[in-house]
Amino acid sequence: MTEAPTAPARPNAFRRIRLRLRSYPLIPAFVLLVLLVFPAITANWLAPHDPVHGSVKDRRQPPVFFGGTWKYPLGTDRIGRDILSRIMYGARVSLTISLVGIFVGGIIGATLGMLAGYFGGWIDTVIMRLVDISLALPAILLALVLAAATGPSFQTIIVVVAFVLWALYARQVRGEVLSIRERDFVARASVAGASKARIMARHILPNVTNTIIVLATLQVGSVIILEAALSFLGLGIPRPTPAWGIMVADGRQLIVSAWWISFFPGLAITLTVFSLNLLGDWLRDRLDPKLKQV
Amino acid sequence: MQRYLALRIVQSLVTLLAISVIIFGLSRLSGSPVDALLPDDAGPEEAERLKREWGLDRALHIQYLSFLGNALQGNLGDSLKWRGETALGMVWQRLPATLQLGGFAILVSTFIAIPIGVLAAVYKDTVFDGFGKLVALLGQAMPNFWLGIVLIWLFAVIWNLFPTSGRGGLAHMVLPAIAMGWFQVAALMRLTRSAMLEVLDSEYVKLARLKGVAEWRVIWVHALRNAAITPLTYFGIIAGSIFTGSVVIETVFVWPGTGLLAIEAIRARDYPVVQAVVLTFAVVFILANLIVDTLYAYLDPRIRYE
Repeated sequence: MTEAPTAPARPNAFRRIRLRLRSYPLIPAFVLLVLLVFPAITANWLAPHDPVHGSVKDRRQPPVFFGGTWKYPLGTDRIGRDILSRIMYGARVSLTISLVGIFVGGIIGATLGMLAGYFGGWIDTVIMRLVDISLALPAILLALVLAAATGPSFQTIIVVVAFVLWALYARQVRGEVLSIRERDFVARASVAGASKARIMARHILPNVTNTIIVLATLQVGSVIILEAALSFLGLGIPRPTPAWGIMVADGRQLIVSAWWISFFPGLAITLTVFSLNLLGDWLRDRLDPKLKQV
Repeated sequence: MQRYLALRIVQSLVTLLAISVIIFGLSRLSGSPVDALLPDDAGPEEAERLKREWGLDRALHIQYLSFLGNALQGNLGDSLKWRGETALGMVWQRLPATLQLGGFAILVSTFIAIPIGVLAAVYKDTVFDGFGKLVALLGQAMPNFWLGIVLIWLFAVIWNLFPTSGRGGLAHMVLPAIAMGWFQVAALMRLTRSAMLEVLDSEYVKLARLKGVAEWRVIWVHALRNAAITPLTYFGIIAGSIFTGSVVIETVFVWPGTGLLAIEAIRARDYPVVQAVVLTFAVVFILANLIVDTLYAYLDPRIRYE
């Protein structure tokens, strides 16, 4: 009895773990960590060079396997700034803007969506009309007007991002609240004497949290692209802040002689957004399959 | 049908009105435009004169109404950068170039996306389908301005197949159209694929096969005709995003259209021109959606009675 074989169980356990792991999006998660989150946090300590002040004598150095040296692995730009360091600091800009923008837009949208779905009537009509209007105004137009009126800044981008996102949240959350409102537990809470505010905060909000999280994850990628496009056009983050969009714009005129200045920051955007979208799809299937139609 | 159409037109007008309020509000809330217009050495009486001239001393809602009245008559002020031109005149001058490139981009992306989408549905779960999926995922991840630059680098600089920038013949339009349409191809392809999958599973397709209709005819005529309605609704969005995408792509390829005009105007702090571009784009965007909705209601009677 004591020799009841425990040994064969081990490969099984390994296999189980491996199968378990395979159902997680490991590669996209890893790419994200390496490209976005890790550099964003550690850029201060790990970036090999100053992202804003370059050394002019080292300008337009090619990347390491294209005739350059390990001093500047991804080469340098027009005024000798290290591309790798700037990409690392740029990750911080992208991450900050998408987190803050989605947070602001998500809170406004989810709150209004809950109010519209729960109260209905004219509140619902007014909010949903605003949603329609907001969806009819393309982000880049708002950015053009804002940049022309106030000049490009961090706040401009946050306003544009929040403006684009709130309507999506409001519409989705409203739809769900409409059906949750009719469920038994809401009626019972109401009979038990819970106030409307309490019902919304304690009984309805927890039921739409998954939707909000999934929607946020699915949006990070497009927000990063939006921010990069605005910065590229000079409507977003002002120079000399190292943002990925600005770096691509910096290299545009030099594409003939120094392709790496534009190429690597753009590659960073592509890989990051690619992984974010895969991760978002996975999370959606896990947490909220009914969003699949969105 | 008429009731539905009337309702949609009223909705579009309300939306347009709201957009005009937003544009006007932003221009006034962000400080007096007089500061931007005056030279730095101008005195206070100069500022007063300009304020009266522009009607900036009046109440805000009066200012808005006169702005709206002028806008309805096609008067959006004079350009500050291009002397002697009206803001709207500048937009009209540049619009043909944008329409040309945008139209070409829509044409190219449709002719690429729909066949690939159909084939991906027919050869579901094969290598071909997987390839389509990868293209779609990449299309959604690649920023169009970067794609444009990479295309210039590869096809214009290294292989010297197309011109790098500017407006000219057909060759000038190839690279910008690809950069502009890539994202649309990805979306349109996925839509076509899922619509085709649904239709291929339906009774009338099975019947057509039983009747002995050739397989290519079943797919490209019977099925596609019915599946095409889903991607069609997407055309409003495509037209809109091609238009707004023109701001980015025209900047990359120095294509002299309205998108590039907007960026030039912003650099010169030429607010009237920016305003004119944004309003024109908004009208085009809303009009495109209105046309698509009408077409859709015409094709699918269920919509009309909702």
